[in-house]
Amino acid sequence: MRKHPPRRKPQPVTGAYEEFMARAYTMELEAIERYAQFAEQLDTHNNREVASLFRKLSQVESLHAKRILEEMRWPSMPALGPAYAWDGPEGPETAPFDALHYLMQPYHALQIALQCESQAQQYYESIASSKAPRRVRTAAAEMAEEEREHVRLIRAWISKVPKPAEGWDQDPDPPRMSE
Amino acid sequence: MNAPLEAVPLTAKDFKSDYKPVWCPGCGDYSVLSAVTKALAMLNLRPENVAVVSGIGCSSRIPAYTTCYGFHGVHGRSLPAATGLKAARPDLTVLVASGDGDGYSIGGNHFLHACRRNVDLTYIVMDNHVYGMTKGQPSPTTEPDWSSKLAPGGTGLREFHPLVIALASGANFIARAFSGDPNGTANLIAEAIRHPGFSFLEVLSPCVTFRPEQRQWKDRAHPAPVAATDDPVRAARRILTDDGFNIGVLFRGKRPAFKTGGAAATHSPDDLAAAFRL
Repeated sequence: MRKHPPRRKPQPVTGAYEEFMARAYTMELEAIERYAQFAEQLDTHNNREVASLFRKLSQVESLHAKRILEEMRWPSMPALGPAYAWDGPEGPETAPFDALHYLMQPYHALQIALQCESQAQQYYESIASSKAPRRVRTAAAEMAEEEREHVRLIRAWISKVPKPAEGWDQDPDPPRMSE
Repeated sequence: MNAPLEAVPLTAKDFKSDYKPVWCPGCGDYSVLSAVTKALAMLNLRPENVAVVSGIGCSSRIPAYTTCYGFHGVHGRSLPAATGLKAARPDLTVLVASGDGDGYSIGGNHFLHACRRNVDLTYIVMDNHVYGMTKGQPSPTTEPDWSSKLAPGGTGLREFHPLVIALASGANFIARAFSGDPNGTANLIAEAIRHPGFSFLEVLSPCVTFRPEQRQWKDRAHPAPVAATDDPVRAARRILTDDGFNIGVLFRGKRPAFKTGGAAATHSPDDLAAAFRL
C-alpha cells in the first residue's frame, strides 16, 4: 500500500475574496487533472500527438494554478466548504470525460480547450457583473480578461493545425479490445 | 512521525493507483473511477480501511486503479466475495464494482440475495446496456430493439429493471447516477457508503465504442424531481414509472443492516489454510 507523504493541513478560507480565489484555484486544479487524464488515455491508445497536446494544456493550467497560490501567498490549497458546488456538473474549465475519441486530432483537442476557456471566461464575467464584493468583482474582471486572452491564443493555435477531413473517425480495423 | 499524518485528510489523488486505466477514451467508467476516489476522500476514509471488490468486465477493472485493497474476482461473483469479506472484516468499508452483464446476468442471483441479506456493502453497477469487453453482445439491460452485428434486429427481449428488482429484493438504499456528472456521482457514492445496509447505485455509464449513441445520455439525464422516500410502495411506483434517467436517491430504507459480528475475524492465514486443507 502506498505511503502518503507528510503534508500541511489545509487552512480554512476566511473571506469572500479568499473563497473566490480558492474556487479559481480549484477550477484550475480540476482542469489540470482532466487534461492529464486525457493525455494518459490517449497515450494508452497510442495517439501520442494529441496526448502530448493535452499534457501541454495541463502544464499551462498548472502555471495558472501556481500563480494563484503565489498571489495569495498560500503554501497549498486552502480548505473550501462546498468545493464542488459548481452550477454545472463540473468546474467551468473542466472538459467532460466523454469528449474524447481515440482517433481524435489536435484540432479536436484544441476545440475542447477553446470550449473550456470560453466557459471560464463566461464564469468570471458573470461574477464580475454580479453583486459580489468589489474586491471579488475586480479580481473576476481580471481573470475574465486573462481567459479572453487564452481564448484568443487557442483560436490562433487552431488556425495553425489542419482541419480533420470528413470520416476522420472511421477505422477500417477498429480496436474491439482495448488491450 | 505517524500521528500528525493521520489527522491530515487525503485527497482523491491519494486513492488513485499508478496503474493507468485501459478503458476506451471517452468511456464513462473513467468518470466513475474519479467519483469513487472523490467520495472516499470526501468521507475522510483511508485506503487501508477500504476494499474494492469486482467481478469481470470493463467496470470490474476499478480495484486495480485505486490504492485501496482490491479483489478482482470471477465473473458475476463479486457480491459473494464482498459479503464474505464484510462478514470477516466489518471494520472495512467495502465497495463492490460491477457492470450490467457481470451484475445482472452472470451475477443476477447473487444480486437478489445480496439485497435480501442487507449486508453493509455499497454496490456500484456501471450500466452501459452492453457487454463491452467481449465485443458488444446484448446484456440484460439492452433495449429489445437494439440491432447490432451480433444481434441483428435486436433480441426482442424485455430489458431487466435492476432498480425495481433491488427494491423488491430488499436493498436498503437505491440510487441512480450518471457518469457525465462525476461530482454528483461522487456525492451519491458517499451517501450510499454512509447509508447502513446494502446500498445499490446504478450508474449510467456510456460505452462509446459499442453504443456511441449513448453519448446523448447527457441530454436525457436529469435530477429526480422528488425527494427520496423510505416507503417501498411509493418508491416502486416512482421507479417503475420513471424514464430511466432520473438521477438521485430514489429509495432510502430503514431496515437494519445484517449484523456481521461487530469485530474483525481473528483467524490467521495459517488457520484459513488449514480449513481448506483436503
